[in-house]
Amino acid sequence: MGSVNATVAPPTESNVILSFRTFGAIVQSGFRRYATYRQAALAGAVTNIVFGFLRCYVLLDAAGAAGVAAGYDRAQIATFVWAGQGMLAVILLWGWTDLADRIRTGDVASDLLRPVHPVTSYLATDLGRAGWACVSRLLPSVLVGPIFFDVHLPARWSTVPLFVVSATVAVVLCFGCRFLVNATAYWLQDVRGPQLLWTLGSGVLAGLYFPLPFLPDGLFMALQLATPFPSLLQIPLDVLVERDPPGVQAGLVGVQVGWAVAILALCRLVQRRAERRLVVQGG
Amino acid sequence: MSVIEVRELRKEFTVRVKVGRLRREKRTVDAVAGVDLRVERGEMLGYIGPNGAGKSTTLKMLTGVLTPTSGEVRVCGLRPVPERTRLALRVGVVFGQRSQLWWDLPLRESFDLLRHVYRVPAAEHAARLRRCRDLLDLDAFVDTPVRQLSLGQRMRGELTAALLHGPEVIFLDEPTIGLDVVSRQAVRGFLGELGRSGDTTLVLTTHDLADIERLCRRLVVIDHGRVVHDGSIAALHDRYGSRRLVVADLDTALPEPPELPGAPLLRVEADGHRLVFALESAGVAEVVAALAGLAALRDVSVVEPDIEDVVARLYAGKEGPLVNASGIAGAPS
Repeated sequence: MGSVNATVAPPTESNVILSFRTFGAIVQSGFRRYATYRQAALAGAVTNIVFGFLRCYVLLDAAGAAGVAAGYDRAQIATFVWAGQGMLAVILLWGWTDLADRIRTGDVASDLLRPVHPVTSYLATDLGRAGWACVSRLLPSVLVGPIFFDVHLPARWSTVPLFVVSATVAVVLCFGCRFLVNATAYWLQDVRGPQLLWTLGSGVLAGLYFPLPFLPDGLFMALQLATPFPSLLQIPLDVLVERDPPGVQAGLVGVQVGWAVAILALCRLVQRRAERRLVVQGG
Repeated sequence: MSVIEVRELRKEFTVRVKVGRLRREKRTVDAVAGVDLRVERGEMLGYIGPNGAGKSTTLKMLTGVLTPTSGEVRVCGLRPVPERTRLALRVGVVFGQRSQLWWDLPLRESFDLLRHVYRVPAAEHAARLRRCRDLLDLDAFVDTPVRQLSLGQRMRGELTAALLHGPEVIFLDEPTIGLDVVSRQAVRGFLGELGRSGDTTLVLTTHDLADIERLCRRLVVIDHGRVVHDGSIAALHDRYGSRRLVVADLDTALPEPPELPGAPLLRVEADGHRLVFALESAGVAEVVAALAGLAALRDVSVVEPDIEDVVARLYAGKEGPLVNASGIAGAPS
């Protein structure tokens, strides 16, 4: 058995490089894990597209003959809807209960036995999942929308890279929010209550059901700055449709980054508190 | 220095018990109530106890998953809870009822991911994986997603996953639970091989005492959160008076029950054609020779004491001589 139980040699490369490699490997495995469910991805993409038509027609109707609603013209509305339909799966606003399920069954013990912090490990997996969702969910929506509607194409060179940054931060932030909702299982066991609140609240406040500028200006601003929800969907989509000048857009992405850092820090804090009072279910 | 050092380890859980119609009362349950343990490098330790005795809770505290209420724990010189991620690089854990593999990925990809997670150099990883593949016969299913594996196949995958980073200590929590005979033998054979090398310390929790008998020289029995036995299996047999038996089948029954020094007669069966003796100070050869001088022997067999009976008695809190499950008395009753 000599080669099986030889003790690990100390790593010769720097810890930072190794940490990046580990993170990258978990991201890749996240992509592969979710890519195994292709039929589910197809069903999801079809659903996104069907609801895309519904939402687009409703919002275009709201724009009416003037062709403008809450500051969006018809092309911006179409882009907002179709990109939003794809982004919904990329940030995965709903339907993630992996952590809560593992807490309920006690399998979370296996997560704690790895030499990677659970928040880091789950985040890396989620980024891999988001990568797969870009291919399987975002792409179909942004390809189908322009076939049937006039869409707004970015006019500024900075829009696309800023949108990529904004969307990536939104994925990280949404992961953090979902992690927190799931982590309530450490205390409650059953997360259906928090999950329901999250589903109801996030759909409205993130700008999925309607663009938040439909609300009074003061309320919209307050939501955008004082809650993380608009940073999940509204801000990336506003960046994409170039609703604001570049400076304001960059500031909004800054708000997103602030929220992402705060929520991830809270995730680590909650995880630490939870581990102290953890009762692993089952034997 | 011992690989595992545990002093006065305690874990209390608070449960709410319904009192009356609406009121609930907090009660404290001692899952582990003052365990002391010292395990040396290369030891193979069986850690057993009835359901709810505190075995898995102890293992979870030793691996840093649970925070002890009080007490001192050092594993590989590290404090498991505050230094959990460092400790994870030096220990391997297999929970028979949980999986550390990724459900959606084939075993090969799970192993590759573990190489990155544990930061194992590629050559070392390849060598260990090759060895595990040979010993655990993984080749037939190494490309199958974990969710499609049978329990036995998955468990072989779990063992490999726990060993790929070359841990100094391996904690096994019921690794053979639910396995068929072939898989169980494969797992036992593998663990036996691992233990014989002497480098790896193995702590095995199980309800299958055959695992313990075949693998562990030292047995720690825990009950109600306390260690009730710590020693060899032979010492446990001594404590409970369980002895080897000699069963002699005679051609013709003897008129009087024989008295052999150092081997009391326990039972006379089959109208005097079968005599059962317990070996105390006498050896098998002496008893057989003495019997051969008294009567014509048709058959003689030696029955080893059954550890299950001893442990059942230990769990039940009964000290003293034992009658084993097969109905053959282990001591005069």
